[in-house]
Amino acid sequence: MDRFRMIFQYFQSNSESVMNGICGLLALASVKMYTSFEFSCPCLPHYNMAYGLGIMFIPPIILLLCGLILNRQSLVMLEEWRRPPGRRKKDLAVIRYMCSSIMQRAMVAPVVWIIVTLLDGKCLICAFSGSMDPKKFVGFANVSTVQVQQLLAKVPCKDEELLRNNTSHKAVSRYLRCWSQALGWSILLILIIAAFLARWLRPCFNQTTLLQARHWSNYIDIEQKIFEETCCEHSRLFAHKCILHFFESMQQEIKLHSFSLHGEGEGAEGGEDLLQGITDQEQVNKLLKTWYCEKPPLDVSQAHQR
Amino acid sequence: MDKFRMIFQFFQSNQESFMNGICGIMALASTQLYSAFDFNCPCLPHYNLAYGLGILLVPPFILFLLGFVLNNNISMLAEEWRRPQGQRGKDPAVLRYMFCSMAQRAMIAPAVWLSVTLLDGKCITCAFCTWVPVGTLGNASHPHLSQGEIQRLLARIPCKEIYSGQQLIANEVAVRYLRCISQALGWCFVLLMTTLAFLVRSLRPCFSQAAFLKSRYWSHYIDTERKLFDETCAEHARSFAKVCIQQFFEGMSTDLVAARCHLPRKAPADAGEAAEKLLGITDQGTMNMALKSWHRCKPPLHLHPPALPTGNGWAGEGQPPTHPSAPRKETAAYYSWV
Repeated sequence: MDRFRMIFQYFQSNSESVMNGICGLLALASVKMYTSFEFSCPCLPHYNMAYGLGIMFIPPIILLLCGLILNRQSLVMLEEWRRPPGRRKKDLAVIRYMCSSIMQRAMVAPVVWIIVTLLDGKCLICAFSGSMDPKKFVGFANVSTVQVQQLLAKVPCKDEELLRNNTSHKAVSRYLRCWSQALGWSILLILIIAAFLARWLRPCFNQTTLLQARHWSNYIDIEQKIFEETCCEHSRLFAHKCILHFFESMQQEIKLHSFSLHGEGEGAEGGEDLLQGITDQEQVNKLLKTWYCEKPPLDVSQAHQR
Repeated sequence: MDKFRMIFQFFQSNQESFMNGICGIMALASTQLYSAFDFNCPCLPHYNLAYGLGILLVPPFILFLLGFVLNNNISMLAEEWRRPQGQRGKDPAVLRYMFCSMAQRAMIAPAVWLSVTLLDGKCITCAFCTWVPVGTLGNASHPHLSQGEIQRLLARIPCKEIYSGQQLIANEVAVRYLRCISQALGWCFVLLMTTLAFLVRSLRPCFSQAAFLKSRYWSHYIDTERKLFDETCAEHARSFAKVCIQQFFEGMSTDLVAARCHLPRKAPADAGEAAEKLLGITDQGTMNMALKSWHRCKPPLHLHPPALPTGNGWAGEGQPPTHPSAPRKETAAYYSWV
């Protein structure tokens, strides 16, 4: 009993912490991915917006999907959702609870990416430099429309020759970066306040339903794990019996065919256990060949009855 | 048996995590390989495409095959596939499951290589630099150059030191354009792979969960059975060897007694374990003979029944009864050698 209790406690405590750990690792991975990614704005009129917004939104989708894939509980939830009711009713509250906890954890890494991108500012500068109003900036006010588009598109690339004589590109960069960082901090603030309120106000609404849902979602998770463990144990025992049965039947075959006076009485027990009556090179070869060519049937009922 | 159970629990619980670990190590190895590799674009018109696409596609293929080679279960799959039916039917669903799970793990390192290569941009820049749209990005109205000349100029885009087509199209513009395309392709590829993985993983419980549980159980069973059989054979081999060697020493001792007409060794009741372990060989000459005989004339792989293991190894009690010619052959061999 103690062993079972230890195993239960291990599973219980580790399921949540494993998921939190994966969540944290993905968030760190997203920061690392952003810093190691070489952002290279194309500085061409229509490509800028596509590139900038693409870098801002596609990796978060990838990170969200990764967060869902790596989370074991999402499979458990899907199974619970799609299983036939059978003799056990389905509780939608439990499924909703599991779904919301999975989504919350999966959203952390994408949000981290978006916030880091906004606070850094390169993406927004690349995406929206072409949409700036040239009249606001001194250096661009007197340039023809076609040329101004080209110039504005080149603002994110500081090493452009065309901009060397024109210092307004720094003004555009600063302006856009300021907006980007303001947006980043605002989103962070809103999210933190929302998380704080959600956590603080939750006990005021439906606490008992929540406790029940949490209990039963843990239960489903643990039940799944123990089922897998039991199947493993069972397949081990099955294999063990199957092989013993195989060795015994080989021994009987040898006795039948070789007419030798192997110790019938003492052969079966005592030190014979390990050799199983197989004491010859040919017998061993025959055993190995039979094992490959004619695997025993998956039926240990005879061995079990013995 | 407890010891077996512990060992098998370790392997079973760790088989999946072991394979996942190898998978992760290979993914890290592929990024390391890429960063350690010294990419050197040839900057010549037709060679660029071959080099760039070669670096993009050949290493993933190698990594994919390596993923299969490093997977222990490949031999298990091959064995299960090729074995004769015998008394046990073959389930194609189990074979499919085993193959799919191996292929999925083997695909991770190549996918990582492709993503890293595309996101870095050097390969695509090298391979497609001659296809840059000069009309839109550069000066199409440059003094007329033949097509071949233009190709040669554009081919040098990745090599900044020798690039001489600044009037045709600026180097930075072309490189930025190509890198943008490459990174867009890279992110789309990663998105596609992740979406596929997500769909595969999430649609399975919706459609074929029962069949999946069955296949998974039996594939674990086949793995466990194979390992257990190997363990049992190893134990058997150990016992076989032990008895074979014991019988060899017994045979030597019996021959000595017969040849030299010595009194059989006095086996006082209080001789203890040490005397037993000496197996009747108590002087240098005898030991040397035993060693030479072991090397020159190994005993046949055939154990005598009465001397099969009981508590003490010594054949004091059972005599070899009506056993076929093998022991006599052994004796003859010793005599002839002596």
